[in-house]
Amino acid sequence: MNSENKPPLQPIHPASTKKRLEERRRFLRSAILAAAALGIPLLGFTPMARGWAPLLRPPGALDEHDFLSSCIKCGQCVQVCPVQAIELGDIGHGFGIGVPYIDSRKQACDFSCDAVQCILACPTGALSYIKPLFLPVRKGAAVISPPILLAKEKDAEPTLNLKERTGLAVLVRPDACLARQGKGFKGAARGNDFKGRMRFTEVDRWKPIPLKDHPFDVPLCDLCVRTCPIKGAISLQEEVGKDGVKRMTPTVHEPCVGCGVCEMVCPPEPAAIVIEARKTWENVPS
Amino acid sequence: MSKYTESLMVMLGREPQKPEKISAAAQQIHELKRVEKIDWVAHKEHARAHRNQGQPWRNRRWAFLIVVNLLFTLSFWLDIQILEGALTASRLLGFHLIDFNSALQVMLAHKHIIINLVIGTGTVVVLWFVFGGRTFCSWICPYHFVAEFAEKLHMHLVDKKLVTDHTFHRGVRTLLWFLFAALAWFTGYTVFETISPTGILSRALIYGPGLALAWVALLLAFEIFYSRRGWCRYVCPIGLTYGFVGVFSPVRVKYDLNRCFHEGDCRKVCEVPHVLEIVKKGRASDVILDTGADCTRCGACVDVCPSGALKFDVQGLSKLM
Repeated sequence: MNSENKPPLQPIHPASTKKRLEERRRFLRSAILAAAALGIPLLGFTPMARGWAPLLRPPGALDEHDFLSSCIKCGQCVQVCPVQAIELGDIGHGFGIGVPYIDSRKQACDFSCDAVQCILACPTGALSYIKPLFLPVRKGAAVISPPILLAKEKDAEPTLNLKERTGLAVLVRPDACLARQGKGFKGAARGNDFKGRMRFTEVDRWKPIPLKDHPFDVPLCDLCVRTCPIKGAISLQEEVGKDGVKRMTPTVHEPCVGCGVCEMVCPPEPAAIVIEARKTWENVPS
Repeated sequence: MSKYTESLMVMLGREPQKPEKISAAAQQIHELKRVEKIDWVAHKEHARAHRNQGQPWRNRRWAFLIVVNLLFTLSFWLDIQILEGALTASRLLGFHLIDFNSALQVMLAHKHIIINLVIGTGTVVVLWFVFGGRTFCSWICPYHFVAEFAEKLHMHLVDKKLVTDHTFHRGVRTLLWFLFAALAWFTGYTVFETISPTGILSRALIYGPGLALAWVALLLAFEIFYSRRGWCRYVCPIGLTYGFVGVFSPVRVKYDLNRCFHEGDCRKVCEVPHVLEIVKKGRASDVILDTGADCTRCGACVDVCPSGALKFDVQGLSKLM
C-alpha cells in the first residue's frame, strides 16, 4: 500500500472536536434524563399490576380509577374529618400517593360529622354526592334507598346523602366472633390502649369520644350491631350450622355502606368482621 | 420577533440569540462603553461603592416562603383554618386555590371539570399572572427552598473540584411537559403527581413525613452531586406551567444597560441564566429590558448586582409612581 494514495490528513481541531463530543454526551444525557423522568413515575402502576387489594376510600368516592384520576392529593378531606379517620397514601401506593384512604381497624368513619364533611371539602369532585352522568354506577354499588343515619333519625332530613357504598362489611372470621361462641363482652371494646374515637349520641351528639372511655357490658356480644351508625345495616340472626348448633350471627343487610365502625369495635384480634372495600351487594333486585 | 415570542422560545429550550436589531440608544451606550480600561475600572469602583449590602430580596423571599408553608401546617395542626389543604389545592379563608399544574393533570386524567376546580384554578392563574408566573417557584415552592441549600453544597463541591456540573438540553423540560400531559390523558392517572417533590414536600410538612421523602432526598442528591438545580432547570413541569402564566406578567426583573458593567455576577447566581444572556457585553438590544418568562423573580441577581442594573419592576405601576 502506498502511503501517498491516502487522502491528506484532516487538520485536527482539538477544541471543536471536544465541543462536538461534549454536545453528543449532553444529548445522550438529556435523552436518559427524559427517559428516567418518564419511566420512574410509571412505576406508579406497580400496585395495580400486582393486584393489590383496593383500599377503603372515604364516603362518596368515585370508582377506583376515576377516584385516582380526579383526586388532586391535597388532603382537605383529612383536615375536616372530626375523628381523623382519613389518611393519605404514600409512595408505595403508586398513583395512590397523597390519595385518601381509611384504615377502619385503626379509626373508622362513624359519620359523626353528620353531613359527610369530606365530600363537602373535596375541591375536585373525587368525593362527591352526585356522580357525573358519564360515569357508570356499578351494579350493587348503589344503595337502594338513601341510608338513614341513626344519630339524626328524628331530624327532618335523616338520611346521609350517599348514593353508593364504598364497601361492605363481611364476617370473614366467623369462628372468632364472640356472639357465635355465645360469649358476652365486658370492658373497653379494643382495650385501654386503643386510640380510636367515635360518637355516641347518648353521651354527646356533637363530640366523638375515645372508644376506651365507653366500656360495654353485654351478656351476648353485639358490639357491631349496637355501634353501627346506619339504620338496618346489621343485626344478630339465629343461624343453624351444619353441626345443627344454633348460633347468633352478625348478619349484614343491604343498607350497609361500608363505613367500618363494626371492624373498629370488634373485640377479637384480628377482627371477625371487616370491610371489603369496593364490594357490592350481590342480590340486587333488577 | 417580539420580545414575548423570544422569551417564550428561550423558556421552551432554544438558546438565546444575538439580537437582530439594536436600538440606536442602546448602540450608543455599547459604543460609549468602549473606553480606556483605567476609566472603566474607575467607573466600576465608583458604582460598587454605592451597592447594596446583604441579600435583602433573598431574606424577604425566604420569610414569605416559610410563612406560607407554615400557614398550611399551622392551619391543620392548630386548627386555625386560614389556609387549609396542601399546595396542590387549598382554601384560603374558604376561597378555593388550586395549583394550575395539578389541576391540568386532574382535568386531563379525569376529563371532567367541576366548578370549584375552575374557580380555584382561575384564581391561581390570575394571581400568578399578576405576580409573575414562576414567582410561584421561588416564593412558594418548598422544594425550591431545600434545593437552594443543595445548590450551595453543589457549588462548594464544584469549587473543591470534587464534582462537576452536568448540564442538559433545556428542551427536555418542554418535552416532558407535553409527555406528562399525554400520559395523564391516556392512562387516566395523574402520573406526574407520583414524583412531584412539590406535592410530596407540601403534604409531608402538613400531614407528617412518609417514605416519599426518600424520593425527594434522591432528587437533592442528584442536584448536589451531578447537576446544579437539575430538577428545577430541566424537569419540573410545574415551573413551565407557571412560566406560561407569566409570559405577559407586569412583575418582572428590569435590566438597565446604562448601569451595567458586564461583570456577570448575576449569571453566576441565577437558576435560569439563559434569561440573563442580555447582560453580556454588546447583547442588549435596548437600554431597558426585562428578563422574560422563565425568570423565577427570586431576586438573586438584584441582590448581587454591584451597580444596580437589575431591579424589580412592575410594568405600568413604576411609571405612575
